[in-house]
Amino acid sequence: MRLAIVGSGAVGTSVIELAGGYGHDVVGVADSASGAVGATGLDTEAVLSRKRERGTVGDGTPEDVLEADYDVLVEATPTTLGDAEPGFSHVERALERDRHVVLANKGPVAERYDDVRSLEADSAGTVLFEAAVGGAIPVLSTIDDLNGQVTAARGVLNGTANFVLSRMAAEGLGYEHVLAEAQDLGVAEADPTFDVEGIDAALKCVILANVLYEDTYTLEDAEVEGIDDLPGSALELAAEDGRTIRLIGEVADGDVRVGPRLVPENGTLAVSGTLNIVQLETHHAGRLNISGRGAGGPETASAVLADVGRLPSR
Amino acid sequence: MSGTDTNSYTVRLELVDEPGELLRALEPIADNGGNLLSIFHERGNLTPRGHIPVEVDLEATEARFDTIVDALREAGVNVIQAGAERYSEELTVVLVGHLVETDLSDTLRRFADRGGVSVADVSLSAPAGTEGPSSARLRLVATEGQSDDALETVRAVADEKDLRVVEPLTEGSA
Repeated sequence: MRLAIVGSGAVGTSVIELAGGYGHDVVGVADSASGAVGATGLDTEAVLSRKRERGTVGDGTPEDVLEADYDVLVEATPTTLGDAEPGFSHVERALERDRHVVLANKGPVAERYDDVRSLEADSAGTVLFEAAVGGAIPVLSTIDDLNGQVTAARGVLNGTANFVLSRMAAEGLGYEHVLAEAQDLGVAEADPTFDVEGIDAALKCVILANVLYEDTYTLEDAEVEGIDDLPGSALELAAEDGRTIRLIGEVADGDVRVGPRLVPENGTLAVSGTLNIVQLETHHAGRLNISGRGAGGPETASAVLADVGRLPSR
Repeated sequence: MSGTDTNSYTVRLELVDEPGELLRALEPIADNGGNLLSIFHERGNLTPRGHIPVEVDLEATEARFDTIVDALREAGVNVIQAGAERYSEELTVVLVGHLVETDLSDTLRRFADRGGVSVADVSLSAPAGTEGPSSARLRLVATEGQSDDALETVRAVADEKDLRVVEPLTEGSA
C-alpha cells in the first residue's frame, strides 16, 4: 500500500520508520507546517533526518500531501476535542477521494463517530482506528473478530495515570512528587491534564462504546473523574485491605464511566507502571484479558500498520 | 413459598459489650423454634454506635422467623438486618476530602439513615490532622442485590459534602 502520513509526532515518525518493513511505501509525509511527496516512495531516512535537523519534513505543504496519490491516509495528528479538527477534515477529504483512513488520532471517532461512519458509507474507502484505543493492544480487532459477542469492556487505558498510581502505592509517595518524577522520565507530558483528569481514558472508552453499541457517544456522554490530587492516604488505606486504586474505564449497559476505583491489589486489572489492560466480557467466551503497552511510538505504530494490513486492497 | 418450608436466614444484631448480652440475644431464637446454624461474633469490630456486630445464621419457617425477629426486638436487641438474604453483600469504598471538617460521624449516620446499607467498619487516615484532606476506608454491608443502591447512597451523601468517592470495581475485579 502507498501511505500518506499526516502528523509527525512520536507515532507518525514511527510509522514512517517501520512502514517499509511491512512492505508499504511512504508516498507522503506532513507535519503541521510542511510536507513531502514522492509518487514512487519517499526516502524515509532523509525525511526523518530533515525533520530532526531542520524541524520540517520537506519543501512542500501539508496540502500537497493531502492531495497526493496514496492508498491509505494515516492520520496521526494530536487528538482534539469538539469538532476534532483538523483530523476530521483529513478523514473527510480522504474518504471523499475513496481512499482508506487509519487513525491514531482519537478525536474523529470519539467526538464525531456518526459523521465518520456516514462519510465512510458513501466512500469506497474504509476507516480503521485500532491505534486509538490501547496503543499496541489489539482491542478493536479482537472485538471485531468476536462478531458482536462482546457485551462490556473495562480496563486501564492510560499509562501515565497508571504509572502515577502504582508508584504512589509502591513507594508511599505523594501525588505531586510522583507526577514530577513521571514528567522527568518522560512518562507524563509537561501538561498532564488529559491523562490525570481521565479525559484520555474516557475518549478511548467512548470509542469502545461507539464500536460496541454502534451509537454516537461523545466525551460529554462519559462520566469522568481523574486521579489528580488523590492523597497517598487513600492508597495506604486501600493497601491495608489488600486493594489498590487504579484509574478504570468502564463501558457497560450503555454507560461510559472513568474514575479511580478500588481493585484487588494482585488482581488482573492492577497492572503496574505504564502498562494498559483491557478486559472484555463476552456472551459465550467468558472474560478475555489483553494487556500490553498502551502508548509509545513504535508500539502505537505497530497497531497502525496492523490496521493497514487489514484494509481491503484498492 | 409455603409457610411450612424451612429457610435459612441471616440476622445481623448489634450488642452492647456487656456480660450476658449474647445469651439474651440467642434465647428468643431458640425459644421460638429457630435452629441456630452459626454465630459470628465480631468482637474486634464496632458498629458506628460503638456496639459489637453479631451475625447469626439460623433455619426456621417463614412464620417462625417473623416471630423470632419480633421477639428479638421486644427483648431490646437491636436487629440491624433480618432476611432470607443468606449472603449479604459487602463493599469497600474510600472517601477522600475534608472528612473531619464535614463531620464524619454525621456522614456515616446518613448512610445508615437512607437504609439498605450499614457501615461495618471505618478506618480513617488523616496525616495532615483535622485541617487537611483525609481518607477513610469504609466497609459497607448491603443486602443481596442492593450494592448498587448502597453505592448510590454513598455518592449522594458524598456529593453534598464535596467528598470524593473511590468506588470498588464491582465487576470483573478478581
